[in-house]
Amino acid sequence: MDFALDKKHEMARKLFEDFAVNEARPLAQETDETEVFPRATVEKMQKYGFMGIAVPKEYGGQGCDPLTYVMCVEELSKECGTTGVIVSAHSSLCCDPIMTYGTEEQKQKYLVPLAKGEKLGAFALTEPGAGTDAQGAQTKAVLDGDEYVLNGSKCFITNGKEADVYIVIAVTEIQTDARGRKKKRFSAFIVEKDTPGFTFGTKEKKMGIRGSSTYELIFQDCRIPKENLLGAPGKGFGIAMHTLDGGRIGIAAQALGIAEGALQRAIDFTNERKQFGRSISAFQNTQFQLANMATKVEAAKLLVYKAAMAKATQKTYSVEAAMAKLCAAEVAMEVTTKAVQLHGGYGYTREYDVERMMRDAKITEIYEGTSEVQRMVISANLLK
Amino acid sequence: MNIVVCIKQVPDTKGGVVFNPDGTLNRAAMLAIMNPDDKAGLEAALRIKDETGAKVTVLTMGLPKAEEVLREAMAMGADEGILVTDRVLGGADTWATSTTIAGALRNLDYDLIITGRQAIDGDTAQVGPQIAEHLGIATISYAQNIKVEGDSVVVERQFDDRYHVLKAKMPCLITALSDLNEPRYMTPGGIFDALDKEITVWGRADLKDIDDSNLGLNGSPTKIARASDKVRKSDGELKSDLGADEAVSYIMDKLVATQII
Repeated sequence: MDFALDKKHEMARKLFEDFAVNEARPLAQETDETEVFPRATVEKMQKYGFMGIAVPKEYGGQGCDPLTYVMCVEELSKECGTTGVIVSAHSSLCCDPIMTYGTEEQKQKYLVPLAKGEKLGAFALTEPGAGTDAQGAQTKAVLDGDEYVLNGSKCFITNGKEADVYIVIAVTEIQTDARGRKKKRFSAFIVEKDTPGFTFGTKEKKMGIRGSSTYELIFQDCRIPKENLLGAPGKGFGIAMHTLDGGRIGIAAQALGIAEGALQRAIDFTNERKQFGRSISAFQNTQFQLANMATKVEAAKLLVYKAAMAKATQKTYSVEAAMAKLCAAEVAMEVTTKAVQLHGGYGYTREYDVERMMRDAKITEIYEGTSEVQRMVISANLLK
Repeated sequence: MNIVVCIKQVPDTKGGVVFNPDGTLNRAAMLAIMNPDDKAGLEAALRIKDETGAKVTVLTMGLPKAEEVLREAMAMGADEGILVTDRVLGGADTWATSTTIAGALRNLDYDLIITGRQAIDGDTAQVGPQIAEHLGIATISYAQNIKVEGDSVVVERQFDDRYHVLKAKMPCLITALSDLNEPRYMTPGGIFDALDKEITVWGRADLKDIDDSNLGLNGSPTKIARASDKVRKSDGELKSDLGADEAVSYIMDKLVATQII
């Protein structure tokens, strides 16, 4: 077992680090303050292939692996959590399901421009009445001739309004079992922006990742060509769950990056900040806090990288992804909170990055499956 | 069209300078980067490639570790990398270096050679023009803009408060300034490809039409008598017990006493 990165991954990590420091860092504070989607950064990432890292070259991607993609989200998130999640949602939640379940025609039509970054992707599962409990979903799609007619709404959709291509999960059938209980069957659809009947509702005003565009999607008699059904009819729930397994690795990488960024800033600040005639890093409390933070970050990193490798080599990786996300998200929240504490009053101001990072960290415990959902996934595997 | 870009791996001064006890640079202990002027030259070549489909070859002379900058250049879009490395080439000054690189270039079919203006570790700006002299081709140095027109290049050459527009027929050599452009990043896929590709490695035996007496330390007319780090400024004086007016008077007195004002 070798924990060292090989040359390819080390060089890619350095590329992502350089890009994040030069391109994402200068805009991070402004992006947070103004809540404006960092379109210029996304265009630069498109130019350098960051929007299709793990997609094979024949589909317009870079032909790298999930670990390379994870390191990209991680390095971006060290500087700007918003930039990290844009890449994560696009890659894991839109490119990945088309790659896995799409027909050759769907791959050519949608995956190629997505992987090249010419189009931005999003994924829509959550509804006002259906978060963790997907059975509560109301959005439905009814086949009418050669088209599905979509009605309903989705909420909290990352990259909403900015994205060109949306994977939408909708109810296509309600089955009744022998005892008379009703069960919804879902299907997945590829929906293009500007399709008649597809509009955007309110933009969410969020605590963190404020430059990320989070919108409500509204479908009113929105007609989708039958060939835009992704995977088999009625298999949408499985597609969504499998997609989220991959998505959780991306969010785990985002959480890891935020934690690493906050740790580094805490190290820098405590070295510079003087109290009682010496750097506060000279006090044992600071040293022990930093030691605890660094140890937890390293543990999270190993789980996140392990999950990325599992995605590359295993058919299923739900448990690895759940553990990585659970751990990295909780570490991100703890480390950013401690980083703020080590900054003292300065850490509570928006002058310092750790204040933003603490707000950004919180969402990683919530979206793409809350920490509680991750515990359900992990324990279900233990007790099966 | 074939473009050869000569690049050099240099110490990254951001990482601090480390000296050996004899005063020479301890390169192994320092972070290394592609020389900034060379990187701008590479970017200029890659832009010509983007427009015309030219083939871009990168060439470097150095320790085996210098392969890293070739891989980086290939990950940015260069097609091929050539490493010139041999013990007998060590300790070369600009004369021996340019002789060596010219010997390597004689093996290649080139229309345009681009080098950086100068390397940040030596700052001589001699190697590029010397290579052109060895090869008997025209040089345009200090390029701040490069355009290809048919079988010629049109170059803006920086010159004090103005620039000269020069046209030269290819083959020729251009030395590039780091403010020529903003070099592109590598791409992730480019990195994976670059590390899978073979790098051509040449030694003394592969150099064409050169004499051993012009190579390495023995072939270098320049002898370094002594090297030293920059003279460090003192930490200054810290006064924290003065009020604002007192502080102003104190500083003014100091400035007068040291004849600054």
